[in-house]
Amino acid sequence: MKQALVLVWLVFLHTVHAYQVSDDRGVQVSFAQPPQRIVSLLPSLTEMVCALGQCDRLVGVDRYSNHPDHVKQLPLVGGGLDPNIEAIVALKPDLVLMATSAQAGARLQALGLKVMSLEPKTHADVKRVLESMGQVLAVGDAKRVWQGIEAGMQAATLSLPAQVKTTRVYFEVNRAPYAAGEVSFIGETLTRLGVKNIVPSNMGPFPLINPEFVVRANPDVIMVGDVNFAGMAGRPGWASLRAIVNQQVCVFTPTQSDMLVRPGPRMADGARLMAQCLLKVLP
Amino acid sequence: MTDIGRQQRRASRLVGGLLLVGLLLVLVGASVGSTGFDSVLNVWHDPLAWQIVWDIRLPRTLGAWAAGALLGLAGAVAQGLFRNPLADPFLLGSASGASLGVALALVLLGVSPFAADWLVRVGLTGAAFVGAVLAVLLTLVLARGVQHTLRLLLAGVIVGVVLGALTSLVMLMEPEVMQSMQAFMLGSTGFVGWTSWLLMVAAWVVCSVVAWVLSPVLDGLSLGEATAASLGLPLARMRVALVAVLALATGTAVAQTGLIAFVGLAAPHLVRSVTKTTHQRLIVLSSLMGGVLLMGADVLARGLMAPQELPVGVLTAVLGGGYLLWLMHRSTRSTAGTGL
Repeated sequence: MKQALVLVWLVFLHTVHAYQVSDDRGVQVSFAQPPQRIVSLLPSLTEMVCALGQCDRLVGVDRYSNHPDHVKQLPLVGGGLDPNIEAIVALKPDLVLMATSAQAGARLQALGLKVMSLEPKTHADVKRVLESMGQVLAVGDAKRVWQGIEAGMQAATLSLPAQVKTTRVYFEVNRAPYAAGEVSFIGETLTRLGVKNIVPSNMGPFPLINPEFVVRANPDVIMVGDVNFAGMAGRPGWASLRAIVNQQVCVFTPTQSDMLVRPGPRMADGARLMAQCLLKVLP
Repeated sequence: MTDIGRQQRRASRLVGGLLLVGLLLVLVGASVGSTGFDSVLNVWHDPLAWQIVWDIRLPRTLGAWAAGALLGLAGAVAQGLFRNPLADPFLLGSASGASLGVALALVLLGVSPFAADWLVRVGLTGAAFVGAVLAVLLTLVLARGVQHTLRLLLAGVIVGVVLGALTSLVMLMEPEVMQSMQAFMLGSTGFVGWTSWLLMVAAWVVCSVVAWVLSPVLDGLSLGEATAASLGLPLARMRVALVAVLALATGTAVAQTGLIAFVGLAAPHLVRSVTKTTHQRLIVLSSLMGGVLLMGADVLARGLMAPQELPVGVLTAVLGGGYLLWLMHRSTRSTAGTGL
């Protein structure tokens, strides 16, 4: 990766035009010059473009991209999985950023658009994708942005007392209930903060769990979005959970949830939110 | 005699009407979209407008027609084959087979993030098609052939339920594929290009020819299996061929556009509400009806909430279902027992 960066940098020094960046499908995407009209179909990618200070290069975003405020004025081109092909083509983008799982990529490419599929799923992915994005946009800020995120995560971790090491947390993604496991992006943040996740890594990133599993694990703290918190104490057996009895529940607003679940430049903000809540609810 | 003549005249008028409406809808389909009418007005000067009309709107509009025609055809064949007006083209398990295929493909593609580009492109459509065909084959195996209509129906239902459950299982194991699966299950004509369109039209031509040739079997079957057999037709082989038509038609449509509900069930009913006719004509008419139905839904899906789009499957269910319900009530009021 470092070599590639140096290479790209050299290429720029010599003002040779073309450069290539590999995306998450392993496709080498070539650029004659840095893209100026970008459509992003994934909120975390939208946030990365803006974190690199290139928000004004965005000309369209998907309907879930809502941060920073600047992107709210941009034309919406549907969702990441059901994008409006015509609306995208009409914006004449010189680059479309999208997730790897999206089917629309092939169609957009067939129409002659340049497509880059990037899908950050873990902390390491965020770093890697941020670097790729820096190369694509030809800005040198990627490293600095990542260091900022790192510093923020570190600060959040340091803000917590040593006793959190024994705190066991259950992070509920939705009321099915799907939980955030240790290997998920959210789980990585929890590990970083030094707390224990009741969902071990062998259960996968976002397993559907038996509600009984939570009762048996009896977590000290529950983290959940406000939509899913409603009625939580009424679930069979949950009223006697330690976290519920002691009111050690972190309830996040939808805006806060966005921050927590998006593997992007705001992951340090997410870590800070969790740390603040832990400080508040722990005795 | 005069009644037959009248029905024939009605049938040919319906063909004319459906072709006309279809042509109109193609024109509307070429002009409606998130960029509005401007694209059509500037189509000769502006290369972008040309691309939007020629490479996006036309293939998707005609693709909607082709997918609808495939489903309409399959619906007519299924209802004739099973002698059951509630039969729909997905009855032999093809829909759940296609879903399972797509879910597995998504998981495989997800496991290896560096899956080649062609695999992504061929992968999902191919997996849907193979899944649909395999599901129908499985149904045939479980029903031990095609002789027994009821056994075939039951086997189809069982395969559908079991494969559906397996799909849910796959989604539980790999929740990451869930959103992509949802997109597939809602159905969309948005990604249809000229290649997909060509594939669907080719499949439609093949299926129509085979169904047209075999339609006497369907006519015979409508009089009961014993009558059909007494006509001296090689019933078993012809049924296998018709099941193959069903699998090919639904598999192709599902692979290109996802699961689009109701067109296959509604199209033959809508045709029958206008005219009583032989299966030979019914097959053609159902195709045209299905095509017009889906094309109309596609145009509405683009126009109703522009620049956002509605999933076309939602609209076909609302439109087709509403119209069918109205027809049903109208016919029960006027002449009880006829019509539907």
